[in-house]
Amino acid sequence: MKAAEKPSIWKQFTKQWDLQSMVWPGIIFVFIFSYIPMYGVVMAFQQYDIFNGILKSPWVEFMNFKMFFQAPEFWNVMRNTIVISLLKLVITFPAPILLALMLNEIGNMAFKRFVQTVSYLPYFLSWVIVSGFVFTLLSVDNGTVNYLLERFHLIQEPINFLAVPEYFWSILVSVNVWKEVGFASIVYLAAIAGVDPTMYEAASIDGASRFKQIYLITLPSIAPIIIIFMILAIGNLLSAGFEDILLLGTNPILRENSDVIDTYVYRVGILNARFSYATAVGLFKSVISVLLLITANKIARRADVSLW
Amino acid sequence: MRLSLGDKILQRTIYILLTLLSVIMLYPFWNSLVISFNQGSDTALGGVTLWPRVFTMENYYIVFQDHRLLNSFWVTILRTLSGTALSLFFTALLSYGMSKKGLLFRKQYMVFFMITMFFSGGLIPSYMLIRSLGMLDTFWVLIIPGIISVYNMIVIRTFFSALPDGLEESAKIDGCSNYGIFFRIVIPVSGPVLATIALFTAVGHWNDWFTGAIYITKDHLLPIQTLLRQIMNSNIMTEIGSSNAIALDHMNRNRTITTKSLTMATMMIATIPIILTYPFLQKYFVKGVLIGSLKE
Repeated sequence: MKAAEKPSIWKQFTKQWDLQSMVWPGIIFVFIFSYIPMYGVVMAFQQYDIFNGILKSPWVEFMNFKMFFQAPEFWNVMRNTIVISLLKLVITFPAPILLALMLNEIGNMAFKRFVQTVSYLPYFLSWVIVSGFVFTLLSVDNGTVNYLLERFHLIQEPINFLAVPEYFWSILVSVNVWKEVGFASIVYLAAIAGVDPTMYEAASIDGASRFKQIYLITLPSIAPIIIIFMILAIGNLLSAGFEDILLLGTNPILRENSDVIDTYVYRVGILNARFSYATAVGLFKSVISVLLLITANKIARRADVSLW
Repeated sequence: MRLSLGDKILQRTIYILLTLLSVIMLYPFWNSLVISFNQGSDTALGGVTLWPRVFTMENYYIVFQDHRLLNSFWVTILRTLSGTALSLFFTALLSYGMSKKGLLFRKQYMVFFMITMFFSGGLIPSYMLIRSLGMLDTFWVLIIPGIISVYNMIVIRTFFSALPDGLEESAKIDGCSNYGIFFRIVIPVSGPVLATIALFTAVGHWNDWFTGAIYITKDHLLPIQTLLRQIMNSNIMTEIGSSNAIALDHMNRNRTITTKSLTMATMMIATIPIILTYPFLQKYFVKGVLIGSLKE
């Protein structure tokens, strides 16, 4: 045993057995539920079958990856993933910053608190409930949206919004903004609250309008935190969403615009039981995500902001 | 201080926009609540928006006849309570150990944990693991895999590290073991941070539907959110009717119930616990976000 070779370390270790015993349950849980699945990605290079298991399934090198790159769905899935991610980056990402800036201009505390309370609420609801709201609002027979559009004679016939691929991206992004905007604004509000008030005083003596103050003082002050969240968002570029897309895009007709890497992995992996293939697709995504995160962090370092 | 004309316009615009935003935030919830209290056959005529036209409780009456629903509620309550308690205990214990500078291999352990935040095996390998552990279709699959949250560990550890050293020194002199210090001194002074983490975890458990959707096929183990999703994609009327004579009789006599009105009632029931605890949630979550975003 190693204990004989390195008595000092082993002695130190046994001496603090109580501290170590606090940490080891956690290590074991994480080993089982995070590291074993990491090892499980070797399935991506196998033709996995249930009877042989990971140890005895035949190796096929990059066949599963090639199959994905040549699959008829490949370009469609990649396009949807990237377009939805970019839409979220351009719309869902800045929305809470805008909300925080607006909330900061509110002098009436009761009103401010009311808006905050109301806008944080959707964050606490599950995606199942939220999708239920969306189905209700957009439904053909009595949904409020169709009702209003007909009332104002903007449409003749009710539209089945969730069965038209062209509408899916707008619906998805709007619902995401609705659910996340309030809660995501908390961090930015806190950052804004930390801005030195004398800077505003000096600016207003110089005659700068509020708008100019926001643009020249507030935004640059909170830039570091915006950049940090930006890095994380770029690392997640291939995670276009999962629960939201799965629950809102239940209609298979939408697939040409709703199928993203994660939903594709779920469908072919769990529902069609093509384990090796789906693992390969998932691994492809993980590797690119890590690379994106590292690259984004490198670029951000030039602005003296870094995740690690 | 007098506002210039430009500033005034800016402020008015913001007030109007935020009022509009509040309406948009509340309306979907309110509308579904209204529909759940409106007679189903009347809702089908359209135009039910801000107030029930034909008020009724029958949707809730029928839904409560559904034993599946009540059972799923139990599953969710049990998993939320036990899952939160277990997760909080093991994560806090781990955090305390990791907060000790004298812990041997502390750096290596930290790297071991951090890696999992940036890379994961993904859906399929996790599924295969759960399957080979024999956890498919068990209650445990809902609580055990998520017991340790590395992110929460880091948040709690940061808090523990910031506790004054003197607090523990005196206890050590009195002969307290590390466990003694953890339970008798550290836990009692860490109320706010533990409450915050507990609420995060509990809401996560309450709202989780996906674990149930992939790992559980038996009706009696389905969490409420997973069941709710099934209900939305199926015909809840025939399902309740086929299993409950009282409900079937009521539906046959009245003919006012629709699938939609029942779904809305079920949805509201699954939401109410969140709404009732919302004041707490809001207070502690705001704290939690701010603790979490502090960089070490």
